[in-house]
Amino acid sequence: MIDPLFLAEAALNGLLLGGVLALLALGLNLIFGVIDIVWIAYVDLVMICMYAVYFIVQVYGWPIWVGGLASVALGAVLGLGVHLLIISPILTSAPVNQLLATGGLLFFLQSFATFLWTTDHRSVRLTLPRLELFDMPISVARLVAFTLSILVMLGLYLFLTRTYIGTAIRAVSQDREAMALMGANPQRVYLVTSAVGGAMAGVAAALLIIQYAVHPFFGAAFGPITFMICVLGGLGNMVGAFVASFIMSEVIAVSGVIWSTEMGYVIAFVVFIVMIFVRPGGILAKRG
Amino acid sequence: MTGTRALGLLVLAVLAVAPFIPMGVMREYTIHVLVQIFIWSFIGGAWSLMGRFGLTSLGHGAFLGLGAYTTTLLWNFFGLTPWLGAVVAVALTAVFAVIVAYPCSRFQVLGHYFALVTLAVGEVVRLLIIAERDWTGGSLGVTVKPAGGDSLLALQFADKRVFYYGALALWLVGLHVWWRVDRSMARSAMEAIGEDETAAASVGIHVTRFKVGITVLSAVLTAIGGVAYAQYISYVNPDTLAGIGVSLRIVFAVVLGGMYSMLGPSVGTALTIALSEYLRVLFGVKFIGMAETIYGLLLILFIIFLPAGIYGTVRQFLRRRRPAAVAA
Amino acid sequence: MLEITNVTAGYGAFTALWDVSLRVDAGEAVAVVGPNGAGKTTLMRVISGLIAPRAGALTFEGYPIGGRPAYEIVGRGIAHVPEGRRIFPGLSVADNLKMGAFLPAARRTFAESLTRVYALFPVLAERQKQRAGSLSGGEQQMLAIGRALMSGPRLILLDEPSMGLAPVMVLRLFDLIRRVRQEGYTILVVEQNVRQVLKLVDRAYLLEVGRVKMEGRAEALADQDFVRKAYVGL
Repeated sequence: MIDPLFLAEAALNGLLLGGVLALLALGLNLIFGVIDIVWIAYVDLVMICMYAVYFIVQVYGWPIWVGGLASVALGAVLGLGVHLLIISPILTSAPVNQLLATGGLLFFLQSFATFLWTTDHRSVRLTLPRLELFDMPISVARLVAFTLSILVMLGLYLFLTRTYIGTAIRAVSQDREAMALMGANPQRVYLVTSAVGGAMAGVAAALLIIQYAVHPFFGAAFGPITFMICVLGGLGNMVGAFVASFIMSEVIAVSGVIWSTEMGYVIAFVVFIVMIFVRPGGILAKRG
Repeated sequence: MTGTRALGLLVLAVLAVAPFIPMGVMREYTIHVLVQIFIWSFIGGAWSLMGRFGLTSLGHGAFLGLGAYTTTLLWNFFGLTPWLGAVVAVALTAVFAVIVAYPCSRFQVLGHYFALVTLAVGEVVRLLIIAERDWTGGSLGVTVKPAGGDSLLALQFADKRVFYYGALALWLVGLHVWWRVDRSMARSAMEAIGEDETAAASVGIHVTRFKVGITVLSAVLTAIGGVAYAQYISYVNPDTLAGIGVSLRIVFAVVLGGMYSMLGPSVGTALTIALSEYLRVLFGVKFIGMAETIYGLLLILFIIFLPAGIYGTVRQFLRRRRPAAVAA
Repeated sequence: MLEITNVTAGYGAFTALWDVSLRVDAGEAVAVVGPNGAGKTTLMRVISGLIAPRAGALTFEGYPIGGRPAYEIVGRGIAHVPEGRRIFPGLSVADNLKMGAFLPAARRTFAESLTRVYALFPVLAERQKQRAGSLSGGEQQMLAIGRALMSGPRLILLDEPSMGLAPVMVLRLFDLIRRVRQEGYTILVVEQNVRQVLKLVDRAYLLEVGRVKMEGRAEALADQDFVRKAYVGL
């Protein structure tokens, strides 16, 4: 029998992980909800930003907050670049071509990273105090990452509901044509959305690099999980993605402790597939 | 005899005697590449049976892996001949395909949703293989136990040329299956479903039955392709035979070649394999990853600039030269 | 104000409008009527820029607008209230109106426009914070029109405003459209409710199978057979 303390610790870690996964899922969802295209290479953009933080902090010795800001900026720029160079040309193509375009980007990013930095795992070593809660060791890095991700999500919420362009982004995701009739240039809205989505990837990268090592195939580990979360929550549904992130992260963390890490992922995927059939529109299906 | 048919027979004739054309040192390599082209074209064709009707699967790696690992493990642990192992693999894959396809169809999981669900399925199989490393060998893969010398029962042959003709036959069978589906009722039904599912259902087309059916067919053929590959290479590995990487490559090859034609998948596969081999040889062991990087870049460019695939683009080009006698 | 000359347009291989010409003068209210599938909505979409015409010319206040993108045409002073209203269901009433004033010029006169819209449609002021998707059909139509007004247009295109509304609501709606017109807006309305709309407008065009079959002053057309014909076409 598993020590309940281990389970509790796993559950807590799951919660903390869920925060960062939610960032990834929200960024991806934002882009999909507005532009109607899934960036299969989204987590690979995160990977690139993670390398950036690694180099800035671990190799060049800048403080972590500088690395974080740089990551956000890089993420935004990457987001814009992806939209301008890859998404714009294929906006009206068949869905399979759209999936392949970002799929090609995935290949490109993973191999380019391999070429530039080899498959070695790189991590950022931070000296942080160790915390203990009821005899459970808590990684301060995880705690900080969780708190920051919640804050960022709050920021995103405010952006989407209180600002003009944020409301416009929500409007476009609800009815693209109608928004064009309001005088909004769809391309501009897409660019802002891509930049915001990219920036969120940058934030997630900064928060992930302090917990996990980065390597060119990082996207292969976290990518599918992110997609599952998005679909589970309902593609385009922000609240659903938020909830689904924590469900999935808990399943992964707890199963990971009961069986193995890989089995944790397998069970999470199986749960996902079952949920899809139980609630095909996503767990918080928007409309009937 | 029409021009195209003559050309086709000529190509077939060349292919039939290719292993005996004196090429010196290059022959082994050429045969190796051709076998891979035949097998992957077969697999691509299998994928296109779904892809052409709008069922974009990003998880065909699951079926490949199921096929390859089932025969390999049954042979390694129980000495079961791959011929029977393939039967087991087919049955297993068919059941698996039904489990995935039926609810997707019933609950109208379409488009991007369907692509992502299949992506999950592909990943589940890959992770399952890695997780159960005790008997699957995990990420290190598993070698097919050598039968010691040529053996039809074990489907292992020292002479690559046997594999060559086997793969050629497999490829031709695949083309034949494609041709049969293309001429069948199923094709019209699936096209109707692809256009408008509700309308199709209202006309009495059993949507679920067709969708599940075509998925099972596609999955089973893919599994057979996986078996063929495993037997030829004698080694299976979760990254080459399951997961998103291989799934994407299959889709790329088919779309680049042309999803809606019989030879499209083969053309696309031949080109992508030729391209990747060329890049691999060009860069060799220096600049690890550069070959793949350029490959990825070229794929992106192809998708953006040749959306109809090579076959489709060529056809469009030819059509424009012939003035269309279509009433406005 | 709006001149449409020999416009042909369609979707893909299908042509919905053939050689259509019409005209709307400043201050007028003009209707386009006709049976289902006549191409009325296509016409609206060509004017507002959602579809590009295949042939022909469109000018608004002298500027060529044929083929220009929708967001540019809104900037020129044409607002399109689309078929089915197309309000943003997840946004509040107030946010919907805010979106209507997306254009920089419209944002400058935002407060003024908002006051005007709330004066015309008091129920919108009442339900400011309510989710637009939860409004009744009539209220959504008012919101759609109000949203169009927020962009500060001079010409308003109304596509089937009475669609899906109860008869009582339809009468109220046409009254409101009359009041909008009185505020100085030029109106081009597409309608299936021929009788009602002819009471509202100065002139009308009859569109059938993508061509203009008839045009004239509203009173003259109201007596015509085609009113009965158009009804049967419903």
